Amino acid sequence: MSLKHDIEFTLNGIKRRVTVDVTMNALAMLRDVIGLTGTKYGCGEGECGACTIQVDGVSLNSCLMFAVDCDGRNVTTIEGLTNDSTADALRDAFVEHGAVQCGFCTPGMIMQADHMLKSECCGDTDSIKRGIEGNLCRCTGYKKIVDAIAAVSGAQT
Amino acid sequence: MSELKHYFAPTSLDQAVECLKDGDVTILAGGTDLTPQSQAGRVKIKHTLMNIRHVPELAGIALEGHEIRIGALATITEIMQHPLIKQHLPVLVEACDHFASDQIRNAATIGGNICNASPAGDTLIPLLVLDASVELASMPEAELYRHSMPLSTFFIGPGKTRRSLCELLTCVRIPLPPENHVARFHKLGTRPALDISTISIGIAGTLKEGVLSNVKVAFGAVAPTPVRAPRTEKALEGQRLDEASIAKAADVAKDEVKPIDDVRATAWYRKEMIHNITKRILSHVAQA
Repeated sequence: MSLKHDIEFTLNGIKRRVTVDVTMNALAMLRDVIGLTGTKYGCGEGECGACTIQVDGVSLNSCLMFAVDCDGRNVTTIEGLTNDSTADALRDAFVEHGAVQCGFCTPGMIMQADHMLKSECCGDTDSIKRGIEGNLCRCTGYKKIVDAIAAVSGAQT
Repeated sequence: MSELKHYFAPTSLDQAVECLKDGDVTILAGGTDLTPQSQAGRVKIKHTLMNIRHVPELAGIALEGHEIRIGALATITEIMQHPLIKQHLPVLVEACDHFASDQIRNAATIGGNICNASPAGDTLIPLLVLDASVELASMPEAELYRHSMPLSTFFIGPGKTRRSLCELLTCVRIPLPPENHVARFHKLGTRPALDISTISIGIAGTLKEGVLSNVKVAFGAVAPTPVRAPRTEKALEGQRLDEASIAKAADVAKDEVKPIDDVRATAWYRKEMIHNITKRILSHVAQA
């Protein structure tokens, strides 16, 4: 029997109590225990960024985080970015610029872009490119994604 | 080694160090190394998994006397954005800027980067040339006991350090650099982000009227641990940085390192790059 632990944390603004395997990562908890499948499993080792979530206001890879480490913290997933003006603007800009093709990287990309916009580090396209270094997209060649984020931040492209 | 039976999240240093007494504990901080290592089976989690996130004494960055104290839990992002580090230790900011990706920098801690003891660990090379020391806490009897050691003696092999199983790394301390201090870091890899360095180089010293003294040189990914390079340091000590002294130092550096062939590069390539980049860094310092 694998060791279990009860944790309590805020998920997308709502308090949750969950029992998790101590060795489980936060991504597996979100998808398999809680059932929020918007956060994607890409590589499982922090290379691709498809599993990006926000914890206590910063973005991180949920595959590199122990689920038990969510205890007491404030977790936001792609499903939680509703009624949020920055996220709404990002979503519209991604659609307008054709920044979504297969869509698999999109939730992670939006979570990272949202963090970048909220921490004001999208002043120019170079900083946008630096900011999404940890997010892989195999379809768009990144140009449309960078353009979409720049459109929201007001950076010149 | 026993199976995982216990999860513990201490809220004080005493509790954390007491938990380490029996030595059968895996320490969790940022989790960016431990998660993939444990899920791939490269690291087996011991009897107790101890999450140190909620120990306040392990957090924070502050000036203490003539030293900057960086708590073990400080994340790479916190370090690179902190005004004290930006002002006094720009070389550390530069290394942090080359560290993995934003998401990993937001989670990874400096204590974890040190204790993971990768020969290619990005913060380790600037910390070595900045003469950093680490503080370790343990509880041999009923009282908390702390001692420090220079980072240059801390690493003993890939993933291996002098930290005993009963000790917790609490912080790293860096002396405030003196006037006219110069320090440079270069990480060589195939892309800027998320790459493990092929080699990395740190060079620091005091530059006065073109003469370099109190020289510290460190190399990453050329040995089983990050290493200081005493022969290269000696070749540079007290030298005026001109074409001849730079060329000589680069030759000594190339001769001093004993890298291996692996997936990232051959030993030959690493030696060549140590030579060329040592030369490049020193030329930049001479021109600055």
